[in-house]
Amino acid sequence: MKWEKVMGLEVHLQLSTQSKIFSSSATAFGADANTQTNPLDMALPGTLPVLNHAAVSQAIVFGLGVGAEIGKVSRFDRKNYFYPDLPKGYQISQFFEPIVKEGVFEVPLEDGSIFPVRILRAHLEEDAGKSVHDAIPGHTGIDLKRAGTPLLEVVTEPDFRTAEQVVAYLKALHALVTYLGISDGNMSEGSMRCDVNLSLRLKGETKYGTRTELKNINSFRFIERAIHVEAERQQDILESGQSVVQETRLFDPDNDETRSMRSKEVANDYRYFPDPDLLPIVIDDETIERIRDALPELPAVKRGRYTTELGLSQYDANLLTQDRATAEFFEACCAASKNPKATANWMLGDLSAALNKEGLAIGGCEVTPEGLGSLISRIDDGTLSSKMAKTVFEGLWAGEPDVDRIIEDRGLKQVSDSGTLETIVDELIANNPAQVDQYRAADEGKQKKLIGFFVGQAMKASKGQANPQMLNQLLKQKLG
Amino acid sequence: MIGPFETISSLARQLDARHVSSRELVEDAIARTETLNSTLNAVVSLDKPGALAAADQADQARADGAVSPLLGVPMLHKDIFCTRGVKTSCASKMLADFIPPYDATVVKKLHDAGMVSLGKCNMDEFAMGSSNETSFFGAVKNPWDVDRVPGGSSGGSAAAVAAGLAPLATGTDTGGSIRQPAALCGITGLKPTYGRVSRYGMIAFASSMDQAGPMARTAEDCALVLNAMAGHDPLDSTSADISVPDYSAGLEKSIEGLRVGIPKEFFSSHLNDGVAATVSAAVKELEAAGAVIVDVSLPSTDLGVSTYYVIAPAEASANLSRYDGVRYGYRCDSPSDLQDLYLRSRTEGFGEEVKRRILIGTFTLSAASYDQYFMKAQQVRRLIAEEYQSVLKDVDVIAGPSAPSTAFVLNDGSKSITDMYMEDVFTIGANLAGLPAISVPVGLVDGLPVGMQLIGSRFGEAQLLNIAHQFQIRTDWHSLTPDREGLTG
Repeated sequence: MKWEKVMGLEVHLQLSTQSKIFSSSATAFGADANTQTNPLDMALPGTLPVLNHAAVSQAIVFGLGVGAEIGKVSRFDRKNYFYPDLPKGYQISQFFEPIVKEGVFEVPLEDGSIFPVRILRAHLEEDAGKSVHDAIPGHTGIDLKRAGTPLLEVVTEPDFRTAEQVVAYLKALHALVTYLGISDGNMSEGSMRCDVNLSLRLKGETKYGTRTELKNINSFRFIERAIHVEAERQQDILESGQSVVQETRLFDPDNDETRSMRSKEVANDYRYFPDPDLLPIVIDDETIERIRDALPELPAVKRGRYTTELGLSQYDANLLTQDRATAEFFEACCAASKNPKATANWMLGDLSAALNKEGLAIGGCEVTPEGLGSLISRIDDGTLSSKMAKTVFEGLWAGEPDVDRIIEDRGLKQVSDSGTLETIVDELIANNPAQVDQYRAADEGKQKKLIGFFVGQAMKASKGQANPQMLNQLLKQKLG
Repeated sequence: MIGPFETISSLARQLDARHVSSRELVEDAIARTETLNSTLNAVVSLDKPGALAAADQADQARADGAVSPLLGVPMLHKDIFCTRGVKTSCASKMLADFIPPYDATVVKKLHDAGMVSLGKCNMDEFAMGSSNETSFFGAVKNPWDVDRVPGGSSGGSAAAVAAGLAPLATGTDTGGSIRQPAALCGITGLKPTYGRVSRYGMIAFASSMDQAGPMARTAEDCALVLNAMAGHDPLDSTSADISVPDYSAGLEKSIEGLRVGIPKEFFSSHLNDGVAATVSAAVKELEAAGAVIVDVSLPSTDLGVSTYYVIAPAEASANLSRYDGVRYGYRCDSPSDLQDLYLRSRTEGFGEEVKRRILIGTFTLSAASYDQYFMKAQQVRRLIAEEYQSVLKDVDVIAGPSAPSTAFVLNDGSKSITDMYMEDVFTIGANLAGLPAISVPVGLVDGLPVGMQLIGSRFGEAQLLNIAHQFQIRTDWHSLTPDREGLTG
């Protein structure tokens, strides 16, 4: 293809503060319309914004998480426009001096490589309310419950060339903010909203083409599709010799198309100016260092540690660090199992398969990291065969917490006692002289096949509980 | 019998001595307001039941041993302050029926100090005006001459105090809206330092300059009231977290040796000769009291008005965007669509002057003119602030006229819009620089009051009140009352 996509992203993250950014109203998801709303959120006359410092701390946490410079003095500005769900007629945002400045965010790709994304800025702002079009027939309702929820808008440079890179970035961003505990990053609840700025240019061209902005696409799947559909549309326009109109477009997943958001395209002049109701945010080095010291281990650092110290593959390390809950499960599980590789295999194998089957998140199932860890250590100490381990895992999945108890209740204990095994083997040899002779006469290659008969019989005699390694060793010794 | 022109301090003494009850004061004030307001139009809503109940409470509190210098004293609020359960209109059709569910911090503080609010004063619509002619409820008349304006925007407050309806009214001052009407009505009005008094619940005009203050008969009364009004408010991020001195404590200090700067630019061609002579005589009086008079210069004075009329409308254009007919306030009849709802609600709900300033502000903030107007105005604002600061390093206070002339006639067709804006030429500097300033009555010209303005350093209210009080000990201009039929009480 001779066309190259150039994309930059604007992601709105809803910060996980208890109250709104400029008022004391709560921010819980799912409350009734127009609850969690006070006179300020309704923009009653005379009310004034008071900054919630928790939002500032979370923005700093994010900035440090992407290695960005923190603005020592940042300010709030008013972005003026009329919309029914924007109660003040302006949004308080940061236009001139954002709190988070330039940084580079390392995004792990599927193939294990790292894709660096340049962060241009991240700024604090308040969310608007919602226009509700279907509650009252023929009318539009206004729900101000969400108005004033703190948002961090993260803006990247136009560094993306493929939809896969975009999705990988969003997944990594999701992982980062959940690690940092500053947002739940839930796309379907709107706590992570993504706008894609997309333009096309001929490969080799250095100038950017005219871009369109794809707004509020609320799932990873739709993002890939929206990018594809919009790129095709732009390509058709360019190849027919016309020009792309700079505008905001909405992806319609039902009709698999993007369409212009405004019928009358009015050039928006937001008339930004510093908000006189709020003082500048002044952040000293001490505050930044205090926040830095309290940061959890970041995904990139964890990935490095998993590969170098724990000996995992880059692929496994990427998967295990995709979200904080998975990484925390992995680390707790390793502490119990003392076997990182086996832990990774179990988590990305049986556990992951079971979770996917039930559509559960790692925190939503009955299996505890301690349980899975002790299961793995029981394999390692020879108590469980891998087949038995699967049965024990089923027990854990069903909510039985104690691995040893499961082993005992189901009589799963592997026979590893050499005296017992010796008795079985001796009886077997005594009862099958013909097979013994055949074995002894065969060459080494044939013996390997013939020993299967004795293993099978011994397993049968031990009701499947004989430790296979010990059994093999004993048979070779007695037959040889 | 207690007359209508008593000061707060005098009323407090008489209340304490049980010469009068708060209920009696309030009943008298209501009766006087009901008689005079049809002429003056100074009060837009009178809360009789609320006032009487509060008066009874104050009397009971006093009987129970409560002591407060403001307890039981009646007062009025400018209708820009939100009053819980009492209509707060900002003198606009837009908010004509708006009843706030909360009190402004100023309202709450004065209530907590025991003052009894009688109701709300008329004003220029959204505090935009210098004559009180832009009110949706009609112009306020100056008690000294009912054919003349009381000044604005706190014209109702000034007229109410001048006419003896109450010994105190709150005002707000964005470009001179306390000092100019105080001057034109012959009362004492203080605009505190920006940040000294909370703006919470005060309907915003230009947020970086709006400041509430007392309008009363004397500096001594202003000090008493400022004690109760001032202080940090967690609900207003721009309110200063600086301790509040006792403003009454230093009133009696001698002003011997205090340096008073007289900017030559304040005595320019803008100034009416009679006013100039009267203010100069007052300056002589300060000199006689021991003050040292120093000539100073504020060369950017003339830039103040244009600077102000860029910044204030810009902030106002955003502050007034919330009045969109969607949630509360005026909504046009049967809008055809959203655009129509916005357009007609705002066209019909706002008056001419408010719309003019919204348009100016929208223009100066637009991408094409931002650098040329808004940015430039911010730079000039800084320059003006620096000039004031530099002069105030050399002198303790700056003195000059509060307004270029005495009260002008109502509906004066010869006065252009920009002539009207020039009313604020001497007062605007203190707003741009965020400094405290007071206007005190210093005489009459053709039977109309003249005010002298004193501008101090940041948080220097105590010194301004001290000088004003010392002036008022030596003179009795503040004791003059409108010598008109029906107003003498």
